[in-house]
Amino acid sequence: MSVLLSVDDLTIGFRGADPVVSGVSFELRSGETLALVGESGSGKTLTCRAVLRILPKAATILSGRMLFSSRTGPIDLLGISERQMRDVRGNRISMIFQEPMRSLSPLHRIGNQVIEALRLHQPVSKAEATAVALATFERVGFPDPERAFRAYPFEMSGGMRQRAMIAMAMITKPEILIADEPTTALDVTTQAQVLGLIKELQRETGMAVIFVTHDLGVVANMADQVVVLNRGRVMESGPARAVLTAPAHGYTQKLFAAAPSIPKGNATAPVAGGDAILTLRNVSKTYAVRGSKGWRSETLVHACRGIDLTVPRGRTLAIVGESGSGKTTAARIALGAEKPDRGGEVIFRDAKGHEIAVHAMSRADRTAFQRKAQMVFQDPYSSLSPRMRVIDALTEPLEIHGLGDREARRDRAAEMLSWVGLKRDMLFRYPHAFSGGQRQRLSIARALTLDPELLVCDEPTSALDVSVQDQILRLLEDIRDRAGLSYLFISHDLAVVARIADEVAVMRQGLVVEQAPPATLFHNPRHPYTRALIAAQPVADINRPIDLELVAQGAGAPDTWPEMFRFAGGAVPGLTELEPGHKVRCHA
Amino acid sequence: MSRLPDGRYVDDAPYDPDENINRIERADMDAPNWLLVWRKFRQHRLGLISGLFLLLSYLMLPFAGFIAPYTANERNADHLYAPPEMVRLFHEGEFIGPFVYPRRAIADLDDYRWRYETDTSRPMRLKFFCNASEYRLAGLIRTERRLFCAPEGATVFLWGSDRLGRDVFSRILYGAQLSLTVGLIGITVSFVLGIGFGSVAGYFGGRIDWVIQRAIEILRSLPELPLWLALSAAVPSNWGPVAVFFIISVILGILDWPGLARAVRAKFLSLREEEYVRAAEMMGASSGRVIRRHLLPNFVSHLIASATLSIPAMILGETALSFLGLGLRAPAVSWGVMLNDAQNLASIEIYPWTAIPMLPIIVVVLAFNFLGDGLRDSLDPYEN
Repeated sequence: MSVLLSVDDLTIGFRGADPVVSGVSFELRSGETLALVGESGSGKTLTCRAVLRILPKAATILSGRMLFSSRTGPIDLLGISERQMRDVRGNRISMIFQEPMRSLSPLHRIGNQVIEALRLHQPVSKAEATAVALATFERVGFPDPERAFRAYPFEMSGGMRQRAMIAMAMITKPEILIADEPTTALDVTTQAQVLGLIKELQRETGMAVIFVTHDLGVVANMADQVVVLNRGRVMESGPARAVLTAPAHGYTQKLFAAAPSIPKGNATAPVAGGDAILTLRNVSKTYAVRGSKGWRSETLVHACRGIDLTVPRGRTLAIVGESGSGKTTAARIALGAEKPDRGGEVIFRDAKGHEIAVHAMSRADRTAFQRKAQMVFQDPYSSLSPRMRVIDALTEPLEIHGLGDREARRDRAAEMLSWVGLKRDMLFRYPHAFSGGQRQRLSIARALTLDPELLVCDEPTSALDVSVQDQILRLLEDIRDRAGLSYLFISHDLAVVARIADEVAVMRQGLVVEQAPPATLFHNPRHPYTRALIAAQPVADINRPIDLELVAQGAGAPDTWPEMFRFAGGAVPGLTELEPGHKVRCHA
Repeated sequence: MSRLPDGRYVDDAPYDPDENINRIERADMDAPNWLLVWRKFRQHRLGLISGLFLLLSYLMLPFAGFIAPYTANERNADHLYAPPEMVRLFHEGEFIGPFVYPRRAIADLDDYRWRYETDTSRPMRLKFFCNASEYRLAGLIRTERRLFCAPEGATVFLWGSDRLGRDVFSRILYGAQLSLTVGLIGITVSFVLGIGFGSVAGYFGGRIDWVIQRAIEILRSLPELPLWLALSAAVPSNWGPVAVFFIISVILGILDWPGLARAVRAKFLSLREEEYVRAAEMMGASSGRVIRRHLLPNFVSHLIASATLSIPAMILGETALSFLGLGLRAPAVSWGVMLNDAQNLASIEIYPWTAIPMLPIIVVVLAFNFLGDGLRDSLDPYEN
C-alpha cells in the first residue's frame, strides 16, 4: 500500500526550553491505523496536532518534514500557506478530540455544526448538506438522525456527543482521520462501541487513521502500526503484531508489565466473612432535581437504591460501575459526607468493637469517626492546595484534631512520607513541584496521618499514567497489609479492581447487579452487564479483541437485558445468591 | 537507532526502566505562590512600569509638602492666572544652574485678562533646601524646609497658577494625598463587605445565599450617580474637610461592594468543589478553618487584582463628586476640587493650564488598569 503521510524527523519545542518532541518519524499507509502510544508528557498529542499545524501558541516546529500524498497530489504540510492549510484541515485530514463536551459548541444545534464542516469545503446547498448529514448520522449509529440533527450538545450523553464529533469529522470523507484519545473520557462499554464504530467506518471508506492513546488495550484492538513515544522520542515503532507480541524496547516492556488486565484465573473459594468494619444496610439516596422547565414539578433521581454492602476488616471491597452508577454517592454516604434516605443504616465498628452509626452522627461521633475513616481522592492535581507546602498539608489533619505538638506533628509527617516512599526533604516543597504519581503518594500520606482503620479510595489511579498506576496500586496494597487497613475502593476499571479487591460489587443505575470475589466474578460472570463490562475492557493482547456483541447485550437499559435479568422502572428483582458468595440480581 | 529484521525501529539510547520516585519533576514550580506570580508578572512590562510608578506616587504622598514649592492654599495676589514657566539652566549661553526669570502681571483691559511680561535680563537662581511658609511633613512634623523654592521677587509656577494665584503644581501634589487615598479607604470598606458577604453566600449557599444575592441585585439596580449625589448631599456642610473626606470614601466603598461580593461568591463556588477543600472537610476542619486556610489564600491574588481594577473607579468617583461640588470642598484640596475651579469653559480657553489636574487623574487611572491587567494575567502561575 502507498504511503499517505510521512513524517520525518519532527522536532517541536516551546520557547526557550528543550524540545518536547524530538526526531519523531513515522509513515502512515492508506487504509491503515497507526497508533501513537505514550504516557502524559510523551509528546503524542503535540505530534498529531503538528500534522494539522494546530499547535499551542508557544510551541514551534523546529525541524522536520511532513509530506501528505493526497488524492490530488503531494502536499508539503509544513510548506503550504495558512490558507491552503485551511483547505486540508477538516476536509482531507480531520480530527476528533478527547473531550466531546468541549469540542462541540454549546450554542449551536449539532446538525448545524456538522453541515458547517461540509459547506466550508464543498459547494453544496444547505438542503444537500442536510441530507448528507442525516445519512452520516444514521451511519454513526444515531437511532433517530432527525432528532440528533436538531439537538444541542448538552442534550446528549458523552458517547452520543463523540458520535456526533465522528460524524462531523467523517462528513467530508477525509483521507486521514486523527483521533486524539477519543475514548478516554468515555465509559468502557461506550468506549468499546465507539472503537468499533471507528473501525467499521475505516473499513467502509478506506481512510487512514492516526490513533493517539495511552491505553495498550485500545492499541491492540485498533492498530496496524504502533509508534511508542516517551519524553518526545520514539522508543519503538513497527507493525502492531510484532510490537505487541514481543516488545523490544525496555520502555515498551515496562508499559506492558504495568498494563492491568483481567485475570483468566479459576474460581477460588469465597473469603470467610469475618468481622465487618463497615456495614451499609438498605442504603438509598434520592435527589430531587428541578424540572427541565420552570413550571414542571421536580423529578426524583435515585442515585443509590437499597444497597447492602459489608467491608470486612483488613480487606478490600471494590465498587465498580460507570459514571452515574451511584458508586461515588455510595462512598460519600459511607463516609458520612451525605445522609442516606430514611431507613438506610451505615454502621462503623472500630478495632475495639465500638460502634458508630455513621448515618446519624453527633458532633463527637463525627470527630471520632473522622480519625478512623479517611479518603483518597481521584485527581492528584486538585487534591493538594497549591498554597500549602507538603509539611502544612500533612500536619493539617493532626492540627485539626489537636494531636501532638509541633515537633511530634512534623515527625509524624516525615514518617508518613517514608511510608509512601518519599524522602524527608520533600517536606518543605510545594505540591506543584511534583508529578501526578508523587502527588497521589502525598495525598495517601495525608490520609494516613490520622492513623485510620478504613480508607475510602475514590478512583485513586484513574487520573494517572499506566506505569504510575501500577506503582500506586502496589503501594496501596503494601500499606493495607502493613497497617491493617480496610479499603472501600471505588473504580470504573475492572482490571484495577481485579488486582486489589477481595470482593467486588458491580453497580448499574444505583443498584448492585452482581457481587462476588474477583476470581469468581471474572471466571463466571452471570449478569449481562458484568459480562459487557468484562468484554468491553480492552486487553493488551492482539489475539483477544473486544467482543462487541457481548458488550451490546449488557450495556443497554435494564429492559433490554435477557428475560432472567430484565426489569423496568421500580420493580427490581432481588439479589439472589446463585452460589456461595456470588450474588446476582435476577429473577431466580 | 537500529532496525530489527521484522522492519521495526528501536531506539538505542540508554534507557533506565527504574525511575527514581524522589526525582523532582518541576523544580521551577517549587516556590510559594507569590514568587511564582511575581516571576510571571515581571514579564509584563507595562504592568511592571505602572506598578513602580504607583509605588513611587504613594511613597511620595507624605512628602508632598517637601517637594511642593508652595503650600496648597498659599495665595500670590500679584500672579493670578500665571502661565506655566520653565526652569532654565543657561542664560545667554552660559551655565548658571536652575533659575527663573521674574515676571510681571499686566491687566489687559481690551480682552479683560491677565498677560505676563518676562524680564529676560535678570536670571534668578532657585533656592534649594530653603525655608518658606510652614507646613506639616506627613501631617505631623511642623517644618519650613523644602526641596526648592522661588527666589525673592520671582515665582516658580511650574504648571501655572489659578484664579486665586495658587500654584497648580503644588496643589496637584497636595491633592494627590486625598485623591489617591480615597480609593484605598473605599476599597477597604468594599473589601470587608464584599469578602464577608461573598464568602458567606458562596460557602454556605442555600437561603443565606439567596438573601445576599437579592440584596446585591437591589443595590445594583439603584442608579449610581443620583445615589452618590443623594448620599453626599446628606453630609452636613459644617463638617470639616477630613470628616467629609472620610465619609465620601465610605460611601464609595458601600456602593462598590456588590460587584466584589459576586466575584468572591463565584470563586468560592468553584473552589469549594476542589478536592483539597473536600479533603479538609473530610478531615473534620470547621467551616471557618476551611475558609481561612484553604479558600481565602487560594484566591487572595484574584482579590488583589480585582482591587487594583476597582481603585480607579473610586478615584474617578471622588473626582466626579468633587467636580460637581458635592464631594470634598475647599479648603480641602483634591484633583476633583481643583477641576471644580476649572468648570468655566471660557476660563479654560484663556487659561488652559487650569485643566492640568486632569492629567494626573488620567495617568493614575491608566496605571492602575495596566497594573491590574498585569496582575490578572499572572494570577494563575500553575497553568502550563
